[in-house]
Amino acid sequence: MRVLSVSRWLRGAVRAPSGGPGSPQVPQPGRREREVTVDVLDHLEHLALVDFRDSEGVERLQKAIQFADQLHEVNTDGVEPMDSVLEDRCLYLREDDVTEGNCTKELLKNAKEKVEEYFVAPPGNIPLPKLEE
Amino acid sequence: MAAAARGCGGVWCRVWQCGAGGSAPRGQCSVAGSARSAAVPAGKSGLAPWVPVVGLEIHAQISSNSKLFSGSQVQFAAPPNSVVSFFDASLPGTLPVINRRCVEAAVMTGLALNCSINKRSLFDRKHYFYADLPAGYQITQQRVPIAVNGTLSYSLCTDNKMSQMVTKTVRIKQIQLEQDSGKSLHDDTRSQTLVDLNRAGVGLMEVVMEPDMCCGEEAAAAVRELQLILQTLGSSHAVMAEGQLRVDANVSVHHPGEPYGVRTEVKNINSIRFLAKAVDHEIQRQIEELENGGTVLNETRAFDSKLGCTVPMRDKEGKQDYRFMPEPNLPPLILYDTKSLPANMNHQQVVNIDWIHERLPDLPSVKRAKLVEQYGILPEHSFTLLNEDGLTEFFENVVKHTQMKPKKVIGWILNDLLSYLNQHSLTVKESPVSSSILADLLNLLERKEISSTAAKQVLVELWKGEGKTPLEIVKEKKLELIQDQEALEQICQAVIDGQENEVMAIKAGNHKVLNKLIGLVQRRTQGRSNPVLVKQLLEKKLLE
Repeated sequence: MRVLSVSRWLRGAVRAPSGGPGSPQVPQPGRREREVTVDVLDHLEHLALVDFRDSEGVERLQKAIQFADQLHEVNTDGVEPMDSVLEDRCLYLREDDVTEGNCTKELLKNAKEKVEEYFVAPPGNIPLPKLEE
Repeated sequence: MAAAARGCGGVWCRVWQCGAGGSAPRGQCSVAGSARSAAVPAGKSGLAPWVPVVGLEIHAQISSNSKLFSGSQVQFAAPPNSVVSFFDASLPGTLPVINRRCVEAAVMTGLALNCSINKRSLFDRKHYFYADLPAGYQITQQRVPIAVNGTLSYSLCTDNKMSQMVTKTVRIKQIQLEQDSGKSLHDDTRSQTLVDLNRAGVGLMEVVMEPDMCCGEEAAAAVRELQLILQTLGSSHAVMAEGQLRVDANVSVHHPGEPYGVRTEVKNINSIRFLAKAVDHEIQRQIEELENGGTVLNETRAFDSKLGCTVPMRDKEGKQDYRFMPEPNLPPLILYDTKSLPANMNHQQVVNIDWIHERLPDLPSVKRAKLVEQYGILPEHSFTLLNEDGLTEFFENVVKHTQMKPKKVIGWILNDLLSYLNQHSLTVKESPVSSSILADLLNLLERKEISSTAAKQVLVELWKGEGKTPLEIVKEKKLELIQDQEALEQICQAVIDGQENEVMAIKAGNHKVLNKLIGLVQRRTQGRSNPVLVKQLLEKKLLE
């Protein structure tokens, strides 16, 4: 059986700050309860621009991670991770012809604000305020 | 900052100049032969030498009709958001479909840079938030790119006269296919950003070079050569001014024998000239910082061309975590060669590496070697010919239409034509003097109908572009060489008669004074005498 490698990132992100995000390691068996610290939460919110808002949100996140962690009960020694069910297909190549575009009006229809056919965006990313726990 | 001697060997040493008046010490770079050989002795300055390390990440826009994953047009300066498809705007329900031409361009470039082409490469998503990246991620090739492990050879001149060239190589770590982002126009007065997605989704080849370079000049030479290669292949027009070639430099310094220092990334470099400046400035800044007891931060800096220095970039808070993940909508990209090609495949679905390899055009290095061999010009000349757009064709045209030897023609091309064009900021195509007109002029010279001084005078007239032929100008200004030998003899005699002292000196054995007499004859004939003939006549009269 194969395992999606995305869960590795999830696990790697939620750990005591020393490890740092994105550095996957095999967890010790029996260590199911893991704390989601303020720093980690901040980092996640900053990356994903998601506001966990309150303790209920954090609790839900915690539970989601625990649920996903069950995947590690599977022994995957010596098995290559699968990253796409399309792995046996070949990428289809399209001819270099211009077939789309010229739909400025349509694209701008849903824009909240526009200036002379440009989309308007706030100046740079707006970071979420730091958590105060 | 005093410029390093051309083609630095890799070791910089700061020598403080204690100027009177306590002016701020200006760093002066002295250069050792090679980073590996003995560096500038520390005893000379009292300071340990520094080894700068420069690596480049280059993004080249692929020259194609449509974008990498969608069918909208690749068009520079189109009206805002007019060449944008639903996929480029990241509207839900759209999927990427890869453009065959972009794949071929990447394979061509990989082969030209001596890379191994991965017959199976994969696509990934690189996530970050920015208004000009509507999907919130860029599709790139982080795990298994299309080409790896290549080399790029380039040349540097080791002195200012361009008479000695040295060849260097930089390793190419990989080449990957990826999407370009849209463009942001910052409107600070209204505190908003205007977004144009015309560029979003255009195919890019990212060429990652290993940190094998050591100064701005090397970086500039390497990028120039890459630019020429891309333009020769046609895989990218690589015009930096139009954003088709973007270079980010990674710079660090360390002492020999110690581990590499912290590196900074320098962005916003808009020309090859600025690249050299930006890199050299950053090296200098880091050396100064470290020698003053400070530290170098691992940050991103922008090059400010007006100030001529690098400044910290805004909008780069903290270290980015791109959360790479495989692109689930794209299966692996499979390439074939003649051995691995299955029998019944649809041609349209096949990119055959061997087929592409056979059809690669002559790369710049090959073209230069051919020019040197065919025309007997110097290697440095071949560099200049290839460096200017259209100059090689111009030169070859002139050679075709004139009896003058190519070795002599090249002098006129490089010294007279090119310097004039440069002075007036003209391209070869804009030259008021065409190759056939120059050929006509050189023919007059070669047939000894005019002197070379006269030829230069004619050229000055021709630059005006008034449509006159060289012959017309020669007749108009009476620049023809005097063909009448008798008349010439008379003038020589007149000069001899008028210069008693010089004549005595010559007869006494000082033949150098002959040149003065030749000069006087030239003046009397208003430059219309053939100096070789005049010399012969004078010698006949005085030394027999």
